[in-house]
Amino acid sequence: MSRIRGGSNSTLVLVSSSRVSAPVDRIDLLIPFSPGAVGHVQKRISPKTILLGEKKIYGKEYQGERAIDVPLSQIASEIGGPIYSNTVAVALLAGLLKVEREFLNQYLRHHFAGKDENTIQKNIEAARRGYEVSDELLRNGILQIDLVRHNEIKDEILIDGVEALAMGAIAGGCNFLSFYPMSPSTAVAVLLAEHSKEFGIIVEQAEDEISAMNMGIGAWYAGARGLASTSGGGFALMVEGLSLAGMIESPMVVHIGQRPGPATGLPTRTEQGDLLFALYAGHGEFPRVILAPGTIEDCFYLAQNAFNLADQYQVPVFILTDQYLLESHYNIPSLDTARIPLQKHFVETERGYKRYQLTESGLSPRGIPGFGKGIVVLDSDEHDEEGHITEDLDLRTKMVNKRFKKMDLLKKDVIPPELVGPENYKTLIIGWGSTYHAIKEALGRLDREDVAFLYFKQVYPLHPDTITWIKKAKKTVIVENNGTCQFGQLIRMQTGFDMDRKILKYNGLPFSVEELEERLKSVLD
Amino acid sequence: MDTKWFDMGEIDIAWCPGCGNFAILNALKEALSELEIKPERLVVVSGIGQAAKAPHYYKCNLFNGLHGRSLPVATAIKAANPELIVIDESGDGCMYGEGGNHFIHAIRRNPNITNIVHNNMVYGLTKGQASPTSLQGFKTLVQREGVFQEAFNPIALAISLGASFVARAFAGDISQTKDIIKKAISHKGYSLVDVLQPCVTYNKLNTYQWFKGKTYYLEASYDPYDRMEAFRRASEAEKLPLGIFYLNPKPTFEEKLSVYQERKDPLYTRSPDLKKLSEWIDSKRGI
Repeated sequence: MSRIRGGSNSTLVLVSSSRVSAPVDRIDLLIPFSPGAVGHVQKRISPKTILLGEKKIYGKEYQGERAIDVPLSQIASEIGGPIYSNTVAVALLAGLLKVEREFLNQYLRHHFAGKDENTIQKNIEAARRGYEVSDELLRNGILQIDLVRHNEIKDEILIDGVEALAMGAIAGGCNFLSFYPMSPSTAVAVLLAEHSKEFGIIVEQAEDEISAMNMGIGAWYAGARGLASTSGGGFALMVEGLSLAGMIESPMVVHIGQRPGPATGLPTRTEQGDLLFALYAGHGEFPRVILAPGTIEDCFYLAQNAFNLADQYQVPVFILTDQYLLESHYNIPSLDTARIPLQKHFVETERGYKRYQLTESGLSPRGIPGFGKGIVVLDSDEHDEEGHITEDLDLRTKMVNKRFKKMDLLKKDVIPPELVGPENYKTLIIGWGSTYHAIKEALGRLDREDVAFLYFKQVYPLHPDTITWIKKAKKTVIVENNGTCQFGQLIRMQTGFDMDRKILKYNGLPFSVEELEERLKSVLD
Repeated sequence: MDTKWFDMGEIDIAWCPGCGNFAILNALKEALSELEIKPERLVVVSGIGQAAKAPHYYKCNLFNGLHGRSLPVATAIKAANPELIVIDESGDGCMYGEGGNHFIHAIRRNPNITNIVHNNMVYGLTKGQASPTSLQGFKTLVQREGVFQEAFNPIALAISLGASFVARAFAGDISQTKDIIKKAISHKGYSLVDVLQPCVTYNKLNTYQWFKGKTYYLEASYDPYDRMEAFRRASEAEKLPLGIFYLNPKPTFEEKLSVYQERKDPLYTRSPDLKKLSEWIDSKRGI
């Protein structure tokens, strides 16, 4: 449910001696703040789970040694109110994980910068009290967490999918964003709005998604780099505009932050349910590109690349993410803003310029109004080389062929999938987008020399070698966060190959590592 | 500047002989010539309908997009490059029906564009159905008992939304229509020019003669800055006033955009500041 400050919510923090990035079901340490919290995660509490908090809210089933009583609200009220229990708990956890005290204090000063000094001091006091509790637990041997320290991690960046996507869009030259608020994509717009002045971006909240899409296309026409950010339901309204982009050969970048549908569905949950929708959206036939990042790095680099691809091939380019990917935070070494150079593909026009000049490649040099001596004419009707409406049916055939020649160019420029695991695999697991980490880590636990994972970050057009990779395997397994195996359907449509086994999940949650490990085991043997 | 600047040479015009669109086309070409607006600097955005074909018949940069969706496109073009002169030209069905929501919000946004609406109170392209501005009782093959709904009043709506420039013209008077269009283009901010025009094929009610008898020009002493008076005149139904109803000078959408506060060049000349972006990324290290 869309919760702002009411109801129960939980935050999962993964801490490990080696790099981990996928959610697990297991809870080692649970810090509940309210009676509802325990019930909220009940299915994931095992006999090994240690509860840290107020005994009175645990309920009868969770008592004994593993239920440690920490008077969070009493400590908080001594400092100034229940709100401080958050900082007490964070410090308690930091103490158990042996995070230096000064580091947390610095963080608190940073986090509460802009608040009054009294608030900052009270939070620092709350942290001190939290550390006191952890010190006592450690001293008395009640609790001990053994972790290997990696000091180099201190220099890594910590960002979520939203930030990586927004940063990537900026690196890709995005300077126009039109959107209508819808979870989980809104955060991208909010973040770009926050940085709009700094980076010269027009951010406009449109009256609806229809307008947002048409604005984006209008911005590209005038030489800007437009992005429309939405979720499935909002994209439904953009479909008409998408078809317009296809007909007038306008570049456009559309971000769909997927969530479970149909209709309003589960607004704050996750799903990979809109792949085939993005693939087929729009009346008529026209080429498109669909990218699907599965990591924070890919959120950045694919977003950056999307703008070049759209500009170069004059097609709509999708970035498909989902609620889980957008809202997950990861620490990664860095992001390189210069890895993909910005390429502007529009040209200065001459007198007599023809926007849809028939060429060998199918690409016509794209002029923009006000840059050069020519005029730039676009029409959503079938058009002649100048861009004016036509009913010359021979020309119609030529124009359709011209638009689809671009598909051949796009197929030569597909981002290849990444193989994780041995080259000489017997079983091949296929996944796309945000299932990347869960599949990779589940595979790591299985520790099998004959199983590899092929991760697709561009799902359309499909890489031409896909069938070669598939045919190398004796068995194929596809893993998707949806109910109808949409990428499997796409692969079958493009290659004629049907996956041997399908592992699907569509309850609104991402795959956990344990769950995927179990389900993989059952199909591998 | 001669209107020849805008001539397209030998072209096949799809409008019926005697269509009001011809008069609006001529008035607009004259207005553009007199304002010395070169076709290369001019962008015309249109939707779908007989009126939306108009910009194919004079020389200009043209974005002939989807039915009802021209205003978001025009708004974005002007925002991405404020140096362009942007006109949005379409019909009553496109602008007030399919594009009704965009019409409302374009007025609120106030981009510096001119919105010319060919208003013939009927759907021509789809062969004679009622439009939002069809008068009550107007009979068509679909509205067989006559239109039941209240006619859409774009002038009153625009005034109620505090539009920057609101005018009504009549295609039967090219000279006055040209003058009103010239003022609209010269006005800074969103300008609505609703042009009454007959449809000689599908509207046997609102003919040239009907409009001539039903309209009058706002008198010279009329004060277009008086919003209540403007609203009263816009509500008149017995006789339809022509001229500039309402003027409400205010900052435009583009003027308020942060991207134009320190520099004025259009977005296509710009590139992202990767150094600043790297700094932002680096700020995510440690604390």
